[in-house]
Amino acid sequence: MSAVTKSPWVLHYDASSCNGCDIEVLAALTPLYDLERFGIINTGNPKHAEVFLITGSVNEPQITVLRQLYEQMLEPKVVVACGVCACTGGVFRECYNTLGGADVAIPVDVYAPGCAIRPEAIIDAVVQGLGILEEKRVLLAAGKLEPAEMPPLPSAANKTLQGRSVALSWKDAIAQAQESSKEEPSEKEAPAQEEK
Amino acid sequence: MADRTIVPFGPHHPVLPEPLHLDLVIEDERVVEAIPQIGFVHRGLEKLVEKRDFKSYVYITERICGICAFGHSLGYSETVEALMEVEVPPRAQALRVIWHELSRTHSHLLWLGLLADAFGFENLFMQCWRLRERVLDIFERTTGGRVILSACNVGGVNHDIADEDLQGIVLVLEGMIGEYKTLLKTFMKDRSVANRLRGVGVLTKEEAIGFGVVGPFARASGIAEDIRTFGHGGYGLLGSFEPVTADECDGYARCKVRGDEVFQSIDIIKEIIQKMPEGEIMTKVKGSPAAGARAVWQLEQPRGECFYYAKGNGTKFLERFRIRTPTFMNLGGMVHTLQGCDLADVPLNVLTIDPCISCSER
Repeated sequence: MSAVTKSPWVLHYDASSCNGCDIEVLAALTPLYDLERFGIINTGNPKHAEVFLITGSVNEPQITVLRQLYEQMLEPKVVVACGVCACTGGVFRECYNTLGGADVAIPVDVYAPGCAIRPEAIIDAVVQGLGILEEKRVLLAAGKLEPAEMPPLPSAANKTLQGRSVALSWKDAIAQAQESSKEEPSEKEAPAQEEK
Repeated sequence: MADRTIVPFGPHHPVLPEPLHLDLVIEDERVVEAIPQIGFVHRGLEKLVEKRDFKSYVYITERICGICAFGHSLGYSETVEALMEVEVPPRAQALRVIWHELSRTHSHLLWLGLLADAFGFENLFMQCWRLRERVLDIFERTTGGRVILSACNVGGVNHDIADEDLQGIVLVLEGMIGEYKTLLKTFMKDRSVANRLRGVGVLTKEEAIGFGVVGPFARASGIAEDIRTFGHGGYGLLGSFEPVTADECDGYARCKVRGDEVFQSIDIIKEIIQKMPEGEIMTKVKGSPAAGARAVWQLEQPRGECFYYAKGNGTKFLERFRIRTPTFMNLGGMVHTLQGCDLADVPLNVLTIDPCISCSER
């Protein structure tokens, strides 16, 4: 094991959670379980982090944010979906503004269910993730690590984002899409009809 | 005059546990204007009443927000009870007050910890969260859940608390008070904490009334307003009490109000345990809300007044359910306090209103 897998730093992002899992992620780091004594630190900087903890289901504006954070993290990295909403969408699955779990936006390595997830389950999931992190580290050292495949963007509206730089914010993307639809209305309509 | 620059703040920011985006227009280091952008946590829960019947929807309301989880299930249950004219047994109402006030204690301790983290006092953050775990232990012992309790239901509560456990709760809370006083002394008397909080994010009483802010944010600006004093639900069993207020109108006052409200909550729990009525904990709810029936309800959540509206349509599904959350009311005041503050104080100003984005976007 290397330093990376012995004391991984954690990046936590609330995708559209109810806060229940977020406060449990913090509870795992604070004195009850005190993961910080092992050198596991919650960092705000994606480039410092090895483990990405996602809580909550994912909606459209979150996809670009999650992808940006994921792509800024350096290899080797592990993504842990914390709570049932991050796994599948949970009770919010049927809501009109919910696309599903974290795996609609980025590849997920470990799924940890629970509503709200208990700190013990988070610790278990991260420990499981550390095994994957070690495998990835060995592969990376041998030069054989291939980047995980990104899931396809889910809805038709998101096709405007495909093939663009991820640094583009969704607000800009919508504005650009509106502009391009004004300029070339006939071309825009034609592929939409084909899809139906 | 210096050039104006826009600094984006969020949605991912270390100080915010939740995604909120602010476009900060700054001149040198001073914020001229803050433009909030929300929508990162919107799920569409109000619309879900059309897919879940009114008895199952209480579990969805708990998941509107994980910090005020019990509060939302309580507010929803009381609204539907008002809609269907259900009489709730007094013991259930008293138990609801206990859990709601415990939620307030846990929410305020959580907030004090996050505040300490925001001004870089890591040790104090950890101590607040350590103390908070005792409240979560009470939750776990009485309901089985740490955060999402699933205790409240339409017509009453799902779990009873035995008398010896009630005395146990009093013992745990009394044991907390000594340590909590030491913690609060650090917030109130420490010079470095006062340097960060005093005079930061001032919202005068007139401005607070103008923006219509609610809860501890309003009480810290000298507005003595607390929905609990109306005596809705189980609060009718209590003797009269005064809302905690402060006159400084700044971050320090907000810290003081929330800090003192923890003592108030502990007093309320002790009083209600003394007066605990005997009897049933659940009334069987039959039928569905009548077509065209409407009900409104107000509840004092840890973050302020929360307003509920429900409309029935004769089926087991509600026609409409609406919540106006405290953070939604407080965002206007927050944006106002950001104008003219230093860039370094922005995280602190955002945090002192205790924002709950998950509540306000639903």
